[in-house]
Amino acid sequence: MTDRSERSDPGTADGDRGLPGAGLVKGLAVTLKTMTRRSTTQQYPDVAPELPPRSRGVIALSEENCTVCMLCARECPDWCIYIDSHKEEVAVPGAARPRQRNVLDKFDIDFSLCMYCGICIEVCPFDALYWSPEFEYAEYDIKDLLHDKDHLGQWMGTVPPPPAHDPNGEPAKEETSAARKAAVPAAPAARPAAPAVRPEPGPRPEPEAGS
Amino acid sequence: MPLWLELVIRVGGVLVAFLTLPLLVGQAEHKVMAHMQGRLGPMYAGGFHGWAQLIADGVKFVQKEDVTPREADRAVFRLAPAVALVPYLLVLLVIPLGPNDLVGQPLDIGLFFVLAVVGVGVVAVLMSAWASANKYSLLGGLRGAAQLLGYELPLVLAAASVAMAAGTLSLSGIVEAWQPWWLLWQAPAMIVFFVAGLAEIRRPPFDMPIADSELVFGYMTEYTGLRFAFFLLAEYVGIVVIAALTTVLFLGGWQGPFADAQLGWLWTLLKVSAVSFLIIWLRVAYPRLREDQLQRLCWLVLVPASLAQLVLTAAVRVAL
Repeated sequence: MTDRSERSDPGTADGDRGLPGAGLVKGLAVTLKTMTRRSTTQQYPDVAPELPPRSRGVIALSEENCTVCMLCARECPDWCIYIDSHKEEVAVPGAARPRQRNVLDKFDIDFSLCMYCGICIEVCPFDALYWSPEFEYAEYDIKDLLHDKDHLGQWMGTVPPPPAHDPNGEPAKEETSAARKAAVPAAPAARPAAPAVRPEPGPRPEPEAGS
Repeated sequence: MPLWLELVIRVGGVLVAFLTLPLLVGQAEHKVMAHMQGRLGPMYAGGFHGWAQLIADGVKFVQKEDVTPREADRAVFRLAPAVALVPYLLVLLVIPLGPNDLVGQPLDIGLFFVLAVVGVGVVAVLMSAWASANKYSLLGGLRGAAQLLGYELPLVLAAASVAMAAGTLSLSGIVEAWQPWWLLWQAPAMIVFFVAGLAEIRRPPFDMPIADSELVFGYMTEYTGLRFAFFLLAEYVGIVVIAALTTVLFLGGWQGPFADAQLGWLWTLLKVSAVSFLIIWLRVAYPRLREDQLQRLCWLVLVPASLAQLVLTAAVRVAL
């Protein structure tokens, strides 16, 4: 309707534009089409966002899994994990001498330093650290961003179950190694390559933590 | 009904329209523009989808400090927002809403009055620009003066075409004489009038005098608080006025598909809101015209088109 008269600059009329005013109509069409679609605005404080699985919100600590091996603290690029422990003797009846056991005294993560790389979680051999998607733990004082082991333990309740395995992805390391081990006695020359098809999810072997 | 009561009702009705329609248009602009850009727009004020956003804005503007620059020409500076606002109020007085004198003040020379009064807006722009003693204001004001004086011509010529066709200057008379085939006959005049009207109220894509990315806010740079709110209100009343004039002159005013006598006001309001939506839509879709493009469009496209429309109108009138 307003095409003809709104063509403002005849000097820019180039050959590949087709009908005069086609660009103006296209502009109107784009805005009208956008108006009929749902807007992309997230109403965050009112509506919780739908976070993708494996969102890196906060690190949760499952205290009973921790053996104070210190791998996480040593691998942390920011050195933001502080661990203290002491040894306790546990008298086992029937044993020749009492066993020693590490007891966790302090496990602090300073989230004002943490860069959310997740190396501590990757490196933990006993599944004591997890990603939780919770992200609303801003504080007024930067000191309060140091979460102690009780605070980190509270996040465990928010850890989601692990997402289902991607059917197109590589099979899990535990499964391939278990299949390889099962195949070794029968055919020692078999190449330890990843099987093309995922093995049937039979009785899964325990994750061989110690071996 | 005694004369004074009728007068009070008519003026009160116009005042209510003057205070509510611009707010409706402004709220529609908030929401329509937001959704055209994939946003939601205001959602909090008033609880339901931010319906009270403009009221909240008004309260905010009232609370702000009313600053007058030291170097400013105080009297002129303070008067300018009123001069910008009052002409549109006077225009609303003579725009017919429905048949049988459903109008603030029936005027035989309504069209003449409307065009003359809308032209006063130029004075407000110049007053605010010069009195602010600010270079951005002055630049914006000069751009505004050039634009408003230029676009006045196609606006008047296009309106003259429809007045010639109807054979009257009364706005009600024009609506009564209007017939659907005029949509085709007067189409160029309608487009010219609409575009020139957009430029007349300094709406994007013709907001070169305001041009907030280069001139801060043009002639409104130094205004704060309530006076700034008056300028904003003038802009939205301007949308209503241009939409209403386009409706009355070119879209048949209260003439609808049925029941013109009873539902005339509804048809008028529907057409006005449709044209207002178009004005908002154009703002979202198009970037601002450069100053030379603006003048080129006016003098090389709109003025010749409106002159040609005058010839066409005269020829058809003589032939019929």
